[in-house]
Amino acid sequence: MAAGRAGGGGAARYFTRWYKPDVKGRPCEDFCVLQHSNRICVITLAEAHPLLQNGKTIKSINYQISPNCSRLQNKVSGKSKRGAQFLTELAPLCRISSTDGEEYTIYSCIRGRLIEVNESILSNPAILQEKPSTEGYIAVVLPKFEESKSITQGLLTQKEYEEVLLKRHNNSA
Amino acid sequence: MSSLTEKDKPIVQLLLNTGTCPRCIFRFCRVGSQTLYRHPYKDLTEFLKNNQQQEDAAGFGVVDPPCKRIRLEHTEEVPDDLNQNGVLKHVPLVNDDSAAVENSTVEVCNVCLGILQEFCEADFVKRVCEKVKSADYQFTSFVFSVSLPPQLSVRERAAWLLVKQEMGKLGLSLAKDDIVQLKEAYKWIIHPQLSEELGVPADGKSLFEVSVVFAHPETDEECRFLMAVMKALEKIKEEDFLKHFPCPPSSPKNLCVALEIQCNNGAVFVAGRYNKYSRNLPQTPWIIDGERKLESSVEELISEHLMAEFKADSFNFSSSGREDVDVRTLGNGRPFAIELVNPRRIHFTAEEMKELQQTINNSSDKIRVRDLQLVTREAIGRMKEGEEEKTKTYSALVWTDKAIQKEDIAFLDDIKELKLDQKTPLRVLHRRPLAVRCRIIHTMKSEYIDEHHFRLHLKTQAGTYIKEFVHGDFGRTKPNIGSLLNRTADILELDVEVIVDWARNRCD
Ligand SMILES: [Zn+2]
Repeated sequence: MAAGRAGGGGAARYFTRWYKPDVKGRPCEDFCVLQHSNRICVITLAEAHPLLQNGKTIKSINYQISPNCSRLQNKVSGKSKRGAQFLTELAPLCRISSTDGEEYTIYSCIRGRLIEVNESILSNPAILQEKPSTEGYIAVVLPKFEESKSITQGLLTQKEYEEVLLKRHNNSA
Repeated sequence: MSSLTEKDKPIVQLLLNTGTCPRCIFRFCRVGSQTLYRHPYKDLTEFLKNNQQQEDAAGFGVVDPPCKRIRLEHTEEVPDDLNQNGVLKHVPLVNDDSAAVENSTVEVCNVCLGILQEFCEADFVKRVCEKVKSADYQFTSFVFSVSLPPQLSVRERAAWLLVKQEMGKLGLSLAKDDIVQLKEAYKWIIHPQLSEELGVPADGKSLFEVSVVFAHPETDEECRFLMAVMKALEKIKEEDFLKHFPCPPSSPKNLCVALEIQCNNGAVFVAGRYNKYSRNLPQTPWIIDGERKLESSVEELISEHLMAEFKADSFNFSSSGREDVDVRTLGNGRPFAIELVNPRRIHFTAEEMKELQQTINNSSDKIRVRDLQLVTREAIGRMKEGEEEKTKTYSALVWTDKAIQKEDIAFLDDIKELKLDQKTPLRVLHRRPLAVRCRIIHTMKSEYIDEHHFRLHLKTQAGTYIKEFVHGDFGRTKPNIGSLLNRTADILELDVEVIVDWARNRCD
């Protein structure tokens, strides 16, 4: 009988985890890309993200990233997912503000088409902090077939990310 | 019209002069008597010549006694004018004591290019039958099919124009359809011979096909003026045709060659039900980017033995639904059918099918097959209809992160007709449209194992994704076992119980 599951158990165990730390030079604003073998990617906050630290309370989540672009307007149809918004690595997915007055932008981290955003976190923002790598995911992105290998080249593996976390810890200590 | 009459004489003479064989002459004279065509070739030549000399020619069909006599002589004669390839050597027939005709040369017919000559002879029949026998097929009848080179159609057209002109002079007409078709006449002659040699009747509906492909390389060039011959022949004007093609058709040096002699048996269908006991076995070969992921599959484990016993060229596997590679299939098994393409062997007793099933079951413990039997193509359709089972029965081994006690999961047993909203699972989202589907869990029954494990028996609406119902798929299936238990849940094992009476019904 299998023992406890790695990576928090549940659906996430079928995915490979990739990390992008300090995005846009903002310390500890780390993201995690969960990639399935079928090339589907789920974008989540990484464990070290400021929003997941003690004492933070989420005030609002906004998928309206500019006056004329809302990720909530994204609609895909058919097997080929026609109509998807195309995302570059630094395309914003949403902005999240906390009660302490900070605002954080969540980025796609990979190139691909936006398949869906997680609307559940709008009605239940707490889930983003309780289960950031499963039910509190941000969005689902489908990379181009020919880019499915190359999109993760600029990202860190789980092991590399742990080294980054260790270094941070040592520097602050 | 079944035999030659006085008014055919000018046509017969014309065609004889231009190098047309007696059987083709009969065809153009609209002779419909099959037996007439079956007379030995040499007798026909002699008959036509005599016929032309007689003042008051009687139809050949009426002159019975001489025919019988001639036939007798023919069968005693051993033809030795064929080379290895069945191609006629261009030497005059040797003077033969029993031969009715002396010093005659068999010219290759300018219309049929030998099809109604050498290819009607016993040697060719033997050659075909040897090929059939060596292919080792089981059959109870046969259908004989012939593929002819396109230049034969062009030559047929030229000969028709020639005869039509001649008849026109006599104030008579001849429609294309009036002529006895070459293939038709050929079958009249060769069917009885093949039938006798193979020991089974010719039958247009037979599933066992013997086919011969003829070619005539010497004249391949001559229909170049017509691109797609058959279509072009329909359209071309007579004057244009005559500009491009000699009329009468020139006499060739060589006979046709039989390029291929092939056999094909109609497909047979085998059906049954299978259980799958492995969590590492796909139903059909699992290939990603041209690379095999697992070495075997259900269809291969079953089919390899069927292929060997039926000696088929290939197979097509179909089933009533399918399970994931890591899911076991229990219950009385999933209905499947296998089409065996071009089988050599087709007759199996019920006892032999049982043995075959045993062979399959002995060769692997990953699968088990039951009720293996021969079925009709129609029965396969009924199997596919049965695919729309309303309810599915599953058994899942569930893991939870936080400890559970018996009491924590007991309430699951009381939940009836639970409505789910399932988004297309992430694991199949790359190839299926994104949608939210409503599915129903009819009943659940939990079986406590330890603090982190329990078994869950479920009856669900068809089309429910069970793995996602257990682990939640990032909260994309709502509710899910994790949310119901307020824990993180995962699925470790899944079995599907397929219970059908499709195969059983037919056994009765
Ligand atoms: Zn002929």
